[in-house]
Amino acid sequence: MATTLPHKDVAIIGLGWTGSILAYELATAGLDVVAIERGPWRDTATDFPPSWAPDELRYAVHLDLFQRPAQSTVTMRNNLKQTALPVRKFGSFIPGNGLGGAGVHWNGMTYRNMETDFNWRTHNEQRYGKQMIPEDMTSQDWPISFQELEPFFDQFEKLAGISGKAGNLGGEIQPGGNPFEGPRSAEYPTPPDKQPYGATLYAQAAEGMGLHPFPIPSANISQPYTNPLGVAMGQCTYCGFCDFFGCGNYSKASAQTCVMPALVLQKNFTARMNANVTKINLDSTGKKATGVTYVDDSGQEYIQPADLVLVCAFSFNCVHLLLLSGIGKPYDPVANTGVVGKNYAYQCTSSVNIKLPGKILNPFISGGAVGMALFDYNGDNFDHSSLGFIGGGVLQAAHTGGKPLTQLVSFPGTPSWGSGWKQATKENYQIGYSLGTQGAVQSYRDAYLDLDPTYKDPYGSPLLRMTFDWHPNELKMSQYITGKLAEIGKAMGASEVFATPAKAPYTVIPYQTTHNTGGAITGTDPTNSVVNKYMQTWDVPNVFVFGASVFPQNGGFNPTGNVGALAYWGAHAIKTQYLKNPGPLVPA
Amino acid sequence: MRFVRAAAAAVALITGAMAATPDAAVQGAANGQTIADGKYLAAAGDCVACHTASGGAPFAGGTVIQTPFGRLIGPNLTPDQATGIGAWTDDQFVRAVKYGIGHNGAHLYPGLPYVYFNEVPRADILKIRAYLNTLPPVNNNIVSNQLPFPFDIRFLMAGWNLLFFPDHGDFQPDPSQSADWNRGAYLVQGLGHCAACHTPKNAFGGDRMSDEFEGYVVDGANAPALVDSANDGLGAWSVDEIATYLKTGHNAYADASGAMSSVITHSTSNLTLADDRAIAVYLKSLPGRQTAPQPIAATDPAMVAGMHVYADECAACHMTGGTGEPGLVPALRASPVVAADKPVTLTHVVLNGARSVATEAAPTASAMPAFRGILDDEEIADVLTYVRNSWGNAAPAVTADQVSDLH
Repeated sequence: MATTLPHKDVAIIGLGWTGSILAYELATAGLDVVAIERGPWRDTATDFPPSWAPDELRYAVHLDLFQRPAQSTVTMRNNLKQTALPVRKFGSFIPGNGLGGAGVHWNGMTYRNMETDFNWRTHNEQRYGKQMIPEDMTSQDWPISFQELEPFFDQFEKLAGISGKAGNLGGEIQPGGNPFEGPRSAEYPTPPDKQPYGATLYAQAAEGMGLHPFPIPSANISQPYTNPLGVAMGQCTYCGFCDFFGCGNYSKASAQTCVMPALVLQKNFTARMNANVTKINLDSTGKKATGVTYVDDSGQEYIQPADLVLVCAFSFNCVHLLLLSGIGKPYDPVANTGVVGKNYAYQCTSSVNIKLPGKILNPFISGGAVGMALFDYNGDNFDHSSLGFIGGGVLQAAHTGGKPLTQLVSFPGTPSWGSGWKQATKENYQIGYSLGTQGAVQSYRDAYLDLDPTYKDPYGSPLLRMTFDWHPNELKMSQYITGKLAEIGKAMGASEVFATPAKAPYTVIPYQTTHNTGGAITGTDPTNSVVNKYMQTWDVPNVFVFGASVFPQNGGFNPTGNVGALAYWGAHAIKTQYLKNPGPLVPA
Repeated sequence: MRFVRAAAAAVALITGAMAATPDAAVQGAANGQTIADGKYLAAAGDCVACHTASGGAPFAGGTVIQTPFGRLIGPNLTPDQATGIGAWTDDQFVRAVKYGIGHNGAHLYPGLPYVYFNEVPRADILKIRAYLNTLPPVNNNIVSNQLPFPFDIRFLMAGWNLLFFPDHGDFQPDPSQSADWNRGAYLVQGLGHCAACHTPKNAFGGDRMSDEFEGYVVDGANAPALVDSANDGLGAWSVDEIATYLKTGHNAYADASGAMSSVITHSTSNLTLADDRAIAVYLKSLPGRQTAPQPIAATDPAMVAGMHVYADECAACHMTGGTGEPGLVPALRASPVVAADKPVTLTHVVLNGARSVATEAAPTASAMPAFRGILDDEEIADVLTYVRNSWGNAAPAVTADQVSDLH
């Protein structure tokens, strides 16, 4: 028997980056806000002290910070003909769990969509003709422009204290920054990180080839910083334990570090931890949410009534909740109807491992977003006319650490265990270096999310089913940009270059990236999207969705900059428009 | 009974100074400004600290105050007729605050810091009362005196007062000093009752006036020296840095934790920056010690061992030069807590961790993890010795036994 709790103005599902930003913005606007988070409370200093938190076995191998498959998992298949099976150990992607969500263990690379990423389909059709877009490719324009979102990118970067160098300030190209970025209204809040030796060699080689390397915009901040909420951050110590780890130095921007100190002082904010939202409740019309149902860790079920429901969980978990709650029409790839679950996309990563004889790279001196990147082969920054694909990716020297269990650079012929492995490790540790790409993934008619017909979660609800594989466009793209990266590797003086572009089929076993996007995409009208340009669901106007599930397709870089900006953009719309006149912000 | 100012010099009798003089400003129904002033003055006096229990109604009493002589419980100051101060006359209230005489004529214990409040003019005390009168009355009967025999005999306080409680009367400004200095002196000596913790005590709990503001150990923690001494006082801090610390709980050097968190939360963060600055101006005028001990040589085995522990366990946050991070991680140099003669806070923080205060202006309640179980007593002693004798610090070595005693 569910217990009905006192009414709140706002119920937020998930207390990661977007949940905490929305909670702070709406609580400081005077609303009574409750955030309901599936995982535990986390505190920067006491959960991640630098004296013991760099524990590779606990965090990088046993995945302590992440969603447990026992809490919920997804089923996976490559195409509609297969039967999906449940993921029993997260591998390819690792959704976060608990306060801060995936923003605890992220690396901190904080890119922005480029201008052409927003009008992506139109731009490509205009430049290359409609025939350049394969028939089954369902990528579409964002309903927002770079200029509209720019102030909110800036707001998020200032919240997180991002370290970087502007490449385009108000239209003026700046030396040392990314010349392909859209015009920024301001420089980064803190200067770029210091660069380790490997990244320095990469930048020198790339520059010599006429390319445009720049320091990765980094949430591992370069100097002490106080954000606009008054929250203090410390400088990164380049400890090399970023990905898979929380940061106890207050150096890696995260919800628990950048937002929670100020949010917990708001008396009209409540957080409920270890509380799993199982459903968004609708009234009898199905057009209005009345609140959410959640289950706490003792199994007790609660109904939390609320006027406004913000879905701020990890990207595909948001889609799962919409499907379980009957919000929006589920996507059907055969009939080509419906929208919820449509345009699930991923990122197409690849690596180039190189040996630099005679160098002492000290790979353990690093951070998750410490390194150099270039956008020369990203988006539509290069001519695709004769290439047979659209899109590209960032090429990075971002060797995030030298951790012994998971970060040794391997080469063909290296034994995977025993004395041969030890010998190779000894020889390669200081001279081995790994370069990487993060390639864009277009959306396709047969890449989507829906409810699994067979497998259920602990609450008896169907698991989310993921249907996904690489398409020729992405494989060609990966082949091309990985080749370009290998050329830079050679120019760095590598004696061996080992390039591994993406290969079909997609598999969920080795870790690739946690940049899962789509399924609750944003668009111009209810026939092509789940949410409007303000991230408000078309079908239930008092439900908004935040996070990467709203991306219509995935770009060639990390998504968190976009995710943060969209959270502020949505918060602004709610505060300035929705609260004054609750209802659809865009006519359907 | 540590809340006491000493009376090394003249001992004056409590005389007719308590006799009421009509005070037109606070007669009758208090106006809004008087109430607001009273609320501000109550903050300056940190009255909440003793008179509001954790989670309890404001000023309804119930806070347990541990003294070296036993327990006192903060009384109910709400205007409840039966259990609060609702039935008290203004004269009775002033007499209690300023002279430590209860409404029934019995002696109060100097847990109520009347030895300091003695300097507060009647008008200010009655403004506080005007504010307290606006609170909802709460029926909460408090038996304040929980002291064991013989300290529970209130009459003994008459003799104590003779020895240690000179009636100075209202604070008298020093015309040779600035207005800021005088305001600061009034707040520090009077309502702020800073000496209650920061001045060493004699065996009877009276202030050792020859060592005023030289620091003391209270409830197992250092109330550090506030004098202008670079090694173990506030000598390295500027007026603005002291003011920022009082206002926000954090500055370039320090992040308040422990008992000072409560003072900042309930008192100094609620004062105007001008008043916090005035306090700083006064503190900076306190003469510092002229002599500092010689630092222990860096080649000393304990120093070498401590340096390695520091590099492994401490430097990631406190930085290799002991500079800390502004507003986040305390500096370990130029710190009165680090170089205190008896390093109880320093040892306690390493063993048990600490959480800094969150204020509206500086909400990051940064924290230090406990190292109990990570470092053994010898390693803790070594690293404390190292920290206390590096980067310009100089202080006696810490032994493993000292650490063990604080477990």
